[in-house]
Amino acid sequence: MRKTCLNCIYDIAREHEDVFFVGSDLGYKTLDDFKEEMPDRFFMEGISEQHVIGMAAGLAMEGKTVYVNTIATFLTRRCFDQTAMDLCLHNVPVRLVGNGGGMVYAPLGPTHMAIEDIAIMRALPNMTVVAPCDAEEMARFMPQTVDWEGPIYIRLGKGYDPVVSKPELGFTLGKGIPYREGKDVLLVSTGVSLHGCIDAADLLAEKGVSAAIMHSPTIKPFDDELLLSMADGVKAVVPVEEHTVIGGLGDAVGAALLASGRTSLPAFRKVGIPDVFTENYGSQKELMRHFGMDGEGIAKTVMDLIA
Amino acid sequence: MDKRSKALRRRMIEIMHLGGRGHLAPAMSLVEIVRVLYDDIMRFDPENPQWEARDRFILSKGHGCLAQYAMLEDKGFITCDDACCFCKFDGILGGHPERDKIPGVEASTGSLGHGLSIGVGFALAARHAGRDNRVFVVMGDGECNEGSVWEAAMSASKNRLDNLVAMVDYNKQQSYGTTTEVLDLEPFADKWRAFGFACVEVDGHDVDALREVLSSVPAEKGRPTAIICHTVKGKGIPFIERDLTWHHRTKLSDELYNSLIEAVS
Repeated sequence: MRKTCLNCIYDIAREHEDVFFVGSDLGYKTLDDFKEEMPDRFFMEGISEQHVIGMAAGLAMEGKTVYVNTIATFLTRRCFDQTAMDLCLHNVPVRLVGNGGGMVYAPLGPTHMAIEDIAIMRALPNMTVVAPCDAEEMARFMPQTVDWEGPIYIRLGKGYDPVVSKPELGFTLGKGIPYREGKDVLLVSTGVSLHGCIDAADLLAEKGVSAAIMHSPTIKPFDDELLLSMADGVKAVVPVEEHTVIGGLGDAVGAALLASGRTSLPAFRKVGIPDVFTENYGSQKELMRHFGMDGEGIAKTVMDLIA
Repeated sequence: MDKRSKALRRRMIEIMHLGGRGHLAPAMSLVEIVRVLYDDIMRFDPENPQWEARDRFILSKGHGCLAQYAMLEDKGFITCDDACCFCKFDGILGGHPERDKIPGVEASTGSLGHGLSIGVGFALAARHAGRDNRVFVVMGDGECNEGSVWEAAMSASKNRLDNLVAMVDYNKQQSYGTTTEVLDLEPFADKWRAFGFACVEVDGHDVDALREVLSSVPAEKGRPTAIICHTVKGKGIPFIERDLTWHHRTKLSDELYNSLIEAVS
């Protein structure tokens, strides 16, 4: 997914003269082709996230579209004030590309796990928040970042996930995707949590429970309309995210349901990381299983909820 | 102090009084810096604030905005009515300046340590476009406590931005105490030099000296320029000079207001 995203940035920059790239201290040879072909629009400014955001804002105020890339934790936590003031208050077209959203960097521990990035980015006025589920969805999404007004936070998941997105369902920034039909329960995914939701829906089908899936790569603005339409008549709604249960997709889903004014609401439970720092290492998959975010865990939550 | 410096200070006091609050002393130390930039150095057009070839000015110490507001009014970017609505519900002039609300304001500031990075972006964009406009960023001394200032300094130097001028209003006082007590900046000029800037020091209230220094930037080709302006907090009003209780004031009695006006008349 990361490679696809960076390739897209390269392609976009070749087509658009006002597109710039700013990294902090990325891996050796990252976007070397960009640097070679368009050196005056490629910057690697060191481990200085606060400055990188401010500089990107300055470029964007001068009419440039700027793609900024570094590790998600440092891109969201370290320079939050610059993101809030320089990007969001000025509402400038800077695209924040966060490597390792969620628990991708599980072996590296809590310093590198972006488990609250969606919540803190979502809280900012003017910020759009997007978490594609795989490389192909990333490729459909990225061209839409060129002309989108205001800043975007792009959460990168793990690079070698199997492709589950469907080209026929398309991708529209700001819109959810009705991924799977079902009449009993609705699972809502964002980013790579779609994988677990698909597995869960298959397991639930074996138990005679028909699960629909709404995939919501755009978390903000959230597609309330699609949610309410797909939640119509189901017994339970279960949002699933590789993120703390505070302030992310689950809260967007819950708020939309409550604000709908419906007198009869479905049962509701958020699946995600509880309000803790992870104490384990291992792999992303192991941690997702640990927190009940794999297919089995999600299916169990659903069964408990509708029992 | 000449008539123009006094008149600008008087207007700042009037604007502050209308708003009922403001950072008066930190703005008073800035007056000559802002005055010389707008009167003698910068290229701009109040009729066309977005003129592409204009020089860019960022008041990174946004709390010094009274000085900028008085100057923007003087140059015709904003009106007397605008100035009279300082900090009012539907006014355009807040306690910190905002881009897109105030003609002539290039960046919204107030959170310290942001302006120099934005200035680096402006300077890079100017170079990329082949424009010869310059970027002036005015920072406070306390602001230079922020690590982001030094991140920006390294980047400006690495990118050899000699179209960027960082000015520090070095009045030696921040909110809690002197800069020496709170977080000493010295050796300040050496720091800027060590970060790759050509650094010049000047009396920040000496209009002629400021004019001379600013007329010869970049101080060294291929390097960004840092100008340390030695100033006095509250300059021009003897009874508030160096008085830390005047960093920010919310209540100004009529008697006090009259005394302030008298001091600059």
